[in-house]
Amino acid sequence: MKRKLLDIARRLLILLLVVWTVVSLVTILIELVPGDPATAILGDAATPEALAQFRQKHGLDRPAFFFTYAADEEGGPRRFKWNGADNRYVDYWRGILRGDMGNSFRTDRPVRDLILSRYGATIQLAVAALLVAVAIAVPLGVVAGTNRGNLLDNALSVVALVGISLPSFVVGPLLIYIFAVWLGWLDPSGRFGWSSIILPAVTLGAALSALLTRMVRSSVIEEMSEDYVRTARAKGLGERTVVYKHVLKNGLIPVVTVLGLQLGVLLAGAIITEKIFNWPGIGLLLVEEGINKRDYRLVQGCVLVISVTYILANTLTDLLYRRLDPRIRVS
Amino acid sequence: MNRLAYFGLVFIVLLVLVALFAPWIATHDVGATDLLARYKGPSAEHWLGTDATGRDVFSRVVFGARISLQVGLVVVGVSAAVGTLIGALAGFYGGWIDRVVSGYVFNVFLAFPGLLLAIAIVAFLGQGLNKLIFALCIIGWVGYARVMRGQVLKVREYDFVQAARALGARDWRILLFHVLPNAVQPLIVQASLGMAGAVLSEAALSFLGLGVPPPAPSWGVMLEEARDLATLSRAPHAMLAPGLAIALTVLAFNFLGDGLREYLDPRQRKR
Repeated sequence: MKRKLLDIARRLLILLLVVWTVVSLVTILIELVPGDPATAILGDAATPEALAQFRQKHGLDRPAFFFTYAADEEGGPRRFKWNGADNRYVDYWRGILRGDMGNSFRTDRPVRDLILSRYGATIQLAVAALLVAVAIAVPLGVVAGTNRGNLLDNALSVVALVGISLPSFVVGPLLIYIFAVWLGWLDPSGRFGWSSIILPAVTLGAALSALLTRMVRSSVIEEMSEDYVRTARAKGLGERTVVYKHVLKNGLIPVVTVLGLQLGVLLAGAIITEKIFNWPGIGLLLVEEGINKRDYRLVQGCVLVISVTYILANTLTDLLYRRLDPRIRVS
Repeated sequence: MNRLAYFGLVFIVLLVLVALFAPWIATHDVGATDLLARYKGPSAEHWLGTDATGRDVFSRVVFGARISLQVGLVVVGVSAAVGTLIGALAGFYGGWIDRVVSGYVFNVFLAFPGLLLAIAIVAFLGQGLNKLIFALCIIGWVGYARVMRGQVLKVREYDFVQAARALGARDWRILLFHVLPNAVQPLIVQASLGMAGAVLSEAALSFLGLGVPPPAPSWGVMLEEARDLATLSRAPHAMLAPGLAIALTVLAFNFLGDGLREYLDPRQRKR
């Protein structure tokens, strides 16, 4: 019991460390923007007053960190200056703790609202991709595992290996070519009817389904040699019942872990898929509105939210996994 | 090694030759547009056809191999060197270095989506080949450090290391001549898989418009330029060729890495 609590505490500590690192990273990186954000947004032709006003509005006129190492206004040698807690790093933290991620440099709208308006579409896409992956992987994995070593199994193994190596930015355009251009069955991009999620979900879930197929296969093979399988067979159950009622129930435990971990990967990987299919999620927001338009405040928020979602999904899966499999709880 | 690993090795050798002799292999100037020959299918003149601005797809794919391998080699080289050094120091000396590296860096960096970190770095620093390489090194070195630290912890306790120490060998000598040679094998596996990762990440970032700026013939850039509906419907080969190049390259390095791991680890070798 004590060990279990310690372990949960350890996971939570790592979670906090990661969040601290990400927040620090995005606040430090914004200082490294070539030129400065105000000139990047307003352009070289902006008047000094406009620049100053912009910096003041977004808090960019305040000291960057607890200390600065720079020359003062009159020039002169660079020196360390202590700024105390009155700095942008602390500002950003204060904002986050209040649920405020600042205002967009471009549109002046709160970054939080922009992200919230797009977050649902990304979750929808990730969950759809997960379903696609499971729907493909479980039957294929069972077939491969129960036919261990024969031609069918080997063929499926190669297909899975190829699937893992195919990046979404190759699969996506290929699917668009086949199903939108060639066959004309589905929309090439956008989010309109229910059918427009099919191609993005398959694209995002393809690599995962290959990975899962491998996992289900090895899991099935491992479970098939357990005593309870022999018992089930001995009492005369059909092979189908043995596999689907007994083997799968135990064999899917490790798969569930991977699924949870992969939900995080899917959310992060959705950036590319959303770009391919113009799917209006947080990834598209990050790339099109944030990075391309140099809206650094928005980039900070998107990177932060995507990473925290990712870490949370991973931590939760890890804890859930321990509950699912009693063997892990004991050891 | 298994057959797939040999396929990987042969493909990689071919790719390296193509990259080295790209100017002689390419049939056209990679940047030369020809608006009279847009969306041309494969022919004797253009082996893989032309793209939306009439550039020769074959020549661009050939030169694209240079960018991919260049990024891969630099990223793997720098990450492996930095990671090996830090991992070795952490494993060998323990203490606060090890606590920072294994307690903080491993837990945090490996719990983080690498590509997102690379995207974030490039988003703030700006686009460009060097910044891309820098970003990929930042996410890359941790894997090598972890492998190296684990190896050092294991090898450190071996008798021959104790013997060397008893003979009065200095730390750097023990690390370089006794520990490192015993840790090289897993590093080679990691490097092969790292090449696959670097090629993939370069293409991904270039595809997002965050890597090598166009009109450079990076496979990721080519894919991005060829995925609009007009090009897809009139010249799908402009998308298929770089896509296939990326997929085969990544596959080849993955095959090689998996094969090497199996080969170098006798416990996994099939009898």
